[in-house]
Amino acid sequence: MSEQDQPILRVEALSKRYGDRLAVDQVSFDLWPGEVLAVVGESGSGKTTLLNCASARLLPDSGRVDFLTRHEGVVDVYRLSEAARRLLARTDWGYVHQNPADGLRMDVSAGANVGERLMALGERHYGRIRQEATQWLSRVEMQEDRIDESPATFSGGMRQRLQIARNLVTRPRLVFMDEPTSGLDVSVQAKLLDLLRTLTHQLHLASVIVTHDLAVARLLAHRMMVMKDGRVVEQGLTDQVLDDPQHPYTQLLVSSVLQP
Amino acid sequence: MNADVSRAPDSSDSGYNFAYLDERTKRMIRRAILKAVAIPGYQVPFGSREMPLPYGWGTGGIQVTASIIGRDDVLKVIDQGADDTVNAVNIRRFFTRTTGIATTERTVEATVIQTRHRIPETPLQDHQIIVYQVPIPEPLAKLEPREAETKMMHGLAEYGLMHVKLYEDIARYGHISTTYDYPVMVDGRYLMAPSPIPKFDNPKMHMNPALQLFGAGREKRIYAVPPYTKVESLAFDDHPFEVQRWEQHCALCGAKDSFLDEVITDNDGGRMFICSDTDYCGQRRENLAAVPANVAEAKSA
Repeated sequence: MSEQDQPILRVEALSKRYGDRLAVDQVSFDLWPGEVLAVVGESGSGKTTLLNCASARLLPDSGRVDFLTRHEGVVDVYRLSEAARRLLARTDWGYVHQNPADGLRMDVSAGANVGERLMALGERHYGRIRQEATQWLSRVEMQEDRIDESPATFSGGMRQRLQIARNLVTRPRLVFMDEPTSGLDVSVQAKLLDLLRTLTHQLHLASVIVTHDLAVARLLAHRMMVMKDGRVVEQGLTDQVLDDPQHPYTQLLVSSVLQP
Repeated sequence: MNADVSRAPDSSDSGYNFAYLDERTKRMIRRAILKAVAIPGYQVPFGSREMPLPYGWGTGGIQVTASIIGRDDVLKVIDQGADDTVNAVNIRRFFTRTTGIATTERTVEATVIQTRHRIPETPLQDHQIIVYQVPIPEPLAKLEPREAETKMMHGLAEYGLMHVKLYEDIARYGHISTTYDYPVMVDGRYLMAPSPIPKFDNPKMHMNPALQLFGAGREKRIYAVPPYTKVESLAFDDHPFEVQRWEQHCALCGAKDSFLDEVITDNDGGRMFICSDTDYCGQRRENLAAVPANVAEAKSA
């Protein structure tokens, strides 16, 4: 099979319990190269737990996650050694946190934040690291002259852009995003969504986006999954699910959106 | 090194065991030292004891010294290169009282050298052991506060973060501004904090014939650099590692190859630069005094 015929990420029957409570119950999905999948649902529906289990940040109780690597074919992520898994997580994967402070080093400059992954991969040339960092700042539409400033002095929107740049610098093929635009005001949200759409398209990024905001799903995602109480209740093409919701919960969700 | 348990200590304070620590504690510390020597640069946890002086005064170094010192050893203690500063004097007196062994200020005569923040200028020999007092053994501590995470990073040799610090230095100051406790890679594997020695001393650690032991009392860690081990200071390809240089020579002995301290002499801006290593400076002055003045001038010019 050629690379195009295989999903880049295959999640099979993933389950995670917190004590007696089942947070994620037997969730499976495939993600294809360049595809954006939105996971929507209300708070506590297990979206973020699913994302963390799929991105090897949280050990699931059962299920498996297969990833199509660049050179070694499909690997079972949880069978990899911890070293290999961590390497994968900082090269071919990205993870964008809801709160940028969780994903950034707030006490070092923007340039060092972007360059960290490069240095972790063994880049030892200051000039090249800086050049690459400058390039990425401009790609996420930040002013290049803020490269030496601390993210603590940045606005929420800029921090989020910086977090995205920091993740994309190693050219990952898969990015996990946990509510990337919540906590930002609407105009900043719109700009960031626009940027994300451009970047995922340009870089042919596959992405899993967890969001409670249906507008984000509508704008970015090709496909979406609706979760409730740890289960997937409905999935399909984004427009199809949003325009013609079948499951009562999805209908409720779609009808709850305020129309200005 | 060869403490004889059966003999009663003939030191002045006979109420204590030889070198203060009880023999079980010494064995425990020696085991930690052996492990540390076997894995160069790896921080071995040990059961650090309460010592009769406060943390930050070299409790780690003292425990290491107490565990390895024997009756035939000759001890030298330095603090920032000097034998006559308060920390050095106290620790030397502590060991004199609890072991009764000989002490010296001469680097060449010592078999065990306990040091705070310097490596002697006189090259060490293969029969010597140098014991460093370490305040913070974890080089990544300031960058990554989670200890579980730094342990993982050591385990998997993920050391990119240390370069983030150096990057930050260059971005802010135009050069690597870290001047002491400059991170090193030991034997190509473990990232190590060389204790707050000036980076001037870093090259001396590389392939040193002496055994180098590091004790951190508060943090309860021991690590080591065995003799003839590669110790490499981190750097960037386009910003290589450099040591401090001075325009001046030592005002007392004229040395131009040693680490100089700036000493303020009066309230009118008067100052002089002198060797921080008092033994090295003293030896040079003795040698200079021994030869006629005109020869000495020709030499130091």
